Parts: sequence; C-alpha cells; structure tokens
Amino acid sequence: MCLAVPGKIIAVKERQIATVDVNGNQTEISIRLTPEAKQGEYVLIHAGFAIEIVDEDAARETMRYLLEIMQYEDEKQ
Amino acid sequence: MKYKLSLLQAIQDETRNISLMEVCGTHTMAIARSGIRELLPSNIKLLSGPGCPVCVTSQGDIDGVLELVRKQDIILITFGDMMRVPGTGSSLEEERSRGADIRIGYSPRDALRAAQENPGKEVVFLGIGFETTTPAIGAAIEEAREDGIPNFSVFSLHKIVPPALEALFADAEIKIDGLICPGHVGAVIGLGPFEKLASQYGKPCVITGFETLDILEGIFMLLQQIQKAEARGENQYKRIVRDQGNPVAMGLINQVFETVPARWRGLGVIPASGLKLRPEYARFDARRKFDIPEMEEIPIKGCACGAVLTGKIIPTECALFGRSCTPLQPVGPCMVSHEGSCAAYYRYMPLERKK
Repeated sequence: MCLAVPGKIIAVKERQIATVDVNGNQTEISIRLTPEAKQGEYVLIHAGFAIEIVDEDAARETMRYLLEIMQYEDEKQ
Repeated sequence: MKYKLSLLQAIQDETRNISLMEVCGTHTMAIARSGIRELLPSNIKLLSGPGCPVCVTSQGDIDGVLELVRKQDIILITFGDMMRVPGTGSSLEEERSRGADIRIGYSPRDALRAAQENPGKEVVFLGIGFETTTPAIGAAIEEAREDGIPNFSVFSLHKIVPPALEALFADAEIKIDGLICPGHVGAVIGLGPFEKLASQYGKPCVITGFETLDILEGIFMLLQQIQKAEARGENQYKRIVRDQGNPVAMGLINQVFETVPARWRGLGVIPASGLKLRPEYARFDARRKFDIPEMEEIPIKGCACGAVLTGKIIPTECALFGRSCTPLQPVGPCMVSHEGSCAAYYRYMPLERKK
C-alpha cells in the first residue's frame, strides 16, 4: 500500500499539477506536497501525489527495483 | 554482491535469540519475496506487525462502509485492496454485484474528477492508509474545499503508525527486540517519532528501505545496536528519507485531520491513533454527511488475523491457513490484501507445502 514510484517532472502546470514521466509513460500528478519541485527533478509518487523530491540516482535505483519485482511476479504467474 | 554477502554473514554470526518486527505491508512482501527469512539462523525471528492498513481495519469500520454503499446515489471510489475484504455477511465486491456503484481508483484525485463529472451523485473516497497516504487524501480534501466541490467526501479509516508501535511495545505478551521501521511512512514523519519510541521503550528502531540489500542493512544496524545495548532511532533509507520527513505533508495531515481513538484489528482501541476530519472540514466527512454510526465489532469466526498482526503467531500457525483460508477463498483480511502477512506467506511458500 505504501509503495511509491519515481518519476521525472516534465512540466509544471497551473495549480501545482505536473506532468511526469514514469518509466516512459507520461501521467499527471499533484506536487502540492512538494511545492518546491521543479521541472527536470525526480519525485517519489504515491496515490497521485509527489511525496518527496529525490535525486536521480535514487530514482533510477528505485525504478530498477520495481521493474525487477514486476518481472519476477510476471514469471511467477 | 560482496557487500550483501558480508552483511548476511555478519547477521548469520548472531547467536542470541532475537525477534525483529517489520510494520509495513511493503516490507512484508519484500521480505517474503527475497527469501531473507529462510537465510537467517533460527535464533533470529522476523515478525510481521500491524503494517497493512487494510488488515488492521476493524470489522465495525468495514461494516460502516458497507452500510454507506447501500445508500442511494453514492459512488464509492476505493483502492483495489479493499474490494474483497469481508465485512459481516458481505464485502464491497458483493455489494457491487448487487448494484452498488463502487469503482477502483489509484488517487483521491480520481474521486475529485468523478465528483465533477457526476454532479447528481455523491462521490465518496474511501480513505485508508498510514502517513504515506494520508497527506494525499488531505490535499484532495483541501482542493475540494478551495474549488467548492459539494458532492465529494471522504470516509476516513486513516490511522497513524507510532501509537500502534507504542501499543506493541507496551504489550508484555509480544517480544520484540528491534523494529524495522516503514520507509515511506518515514519519508513523511521523519526520524523523530522513531527516535522517541526507541528511547522511551529501550528498543532500536531503524527506518529501512525495500530492496533486499536495504533490509539486510536494516537488520544489521538493529543487531549492532542490540549488541551494544543501545536503543536509537536510525535511518538506513537515507537516499529517500530526510531526517525531518516532509513537513508540508505533515502540515496537511494536521490541517485537515485530528486524532481520535481508533480500533485496530488485533490491538483493540488505541488512543489518538485514528484520523477524523476536523470540524472545519465536516462537510467532506462521509461518516457525518451520511450519518453512518459506529458499528458493533463482530469477529470473524476462527480467524486469527488479530494474533498474526501482533506477531503472536505466524500465519502458518493459524488453523485456517492454507486449508479453509487461501488467497482464492480468504477468510480474514491478512489473506485478502495482497500485502497481508498470510497472503505473503502463502504466495511465496514452496509449492509442496501448499495443501
């Protein structure tokens, strides 16, 4: 439930809505909980909100881990 | 790899009887998946605590939600995990098959959108989760207030983690020598509450990440503290968690919610552990808006989820586990939620042991 996904901010729009790239997919999130997040930065996303700004290495590391889990779970099916 | 092995070696060298507990569903899954439990010597026990928000929700609260969805013109939006959780004689999935409008969403913002698209209906978001999730729900409520969305509300089952950890430490029947603390709850509340718990109860608490290496490192840090007879709050997950947490997110929780006593499955009523919408936000409180009373607590017959959630027994010690309770035919919430302890044990158990 507390799983969080890293994404890169592509653009910050009105009312603290941002377009983010999550592993190649673009989606919209709110950056109300990380108001200082800027375009080009990486955030950790949970339930449609960025909950923390993270550095690029941490974001890549987390994404790699999540993909590894997904692959493992797919193989288990 | 070398570092991982050296950590594992150091952990395997431990000879004392030590029980460590994690209190996060994501850790439950990560540990079960990684096989760490099988690599530890038998004197080190890894217990799962009350870390799955779905699992700790009381029967009365689930029955309250079922009462709500039976009303006219309600659209309930919920995280998927709640759909199959059994209430008394029904579940959200069953109510949906009987015609209730229940939709799965990933964000409370889905519910805001649904409210705007369905002006003739009341859209309720089922708010469940710990400090990781609650700021998002609080932010959505604040957005609804700013935009004056009249037909949006939240049924809050939100809980906060530290009071439950206090209840665990205070229970003489539960032996815990150290806590593997939840990484993403830590990202919001920071290290402070865990430092306080560690010093108050004399038990080391380490905020830990979710990769196998993180968990090994977290266990190693706990063992080191135990060895030195120390009890501190430490942060293993520094690449994500700032020691001060996320003050904006904490601020939103406190702005929108106030603490109330809450009933946890397995732990009973814990003071100041639940979150209710403040009077200023009362019109967004689904419980008040639709007058849902506190429901009586009717236990599920034979289900030992309460004992599992407090680490008093492990899932395989429940008489129902793998017999009448499986992920396909779950009896209790720890088998329903995919990150419940029972579901995690069952999923990653060797095939020959599945009956």
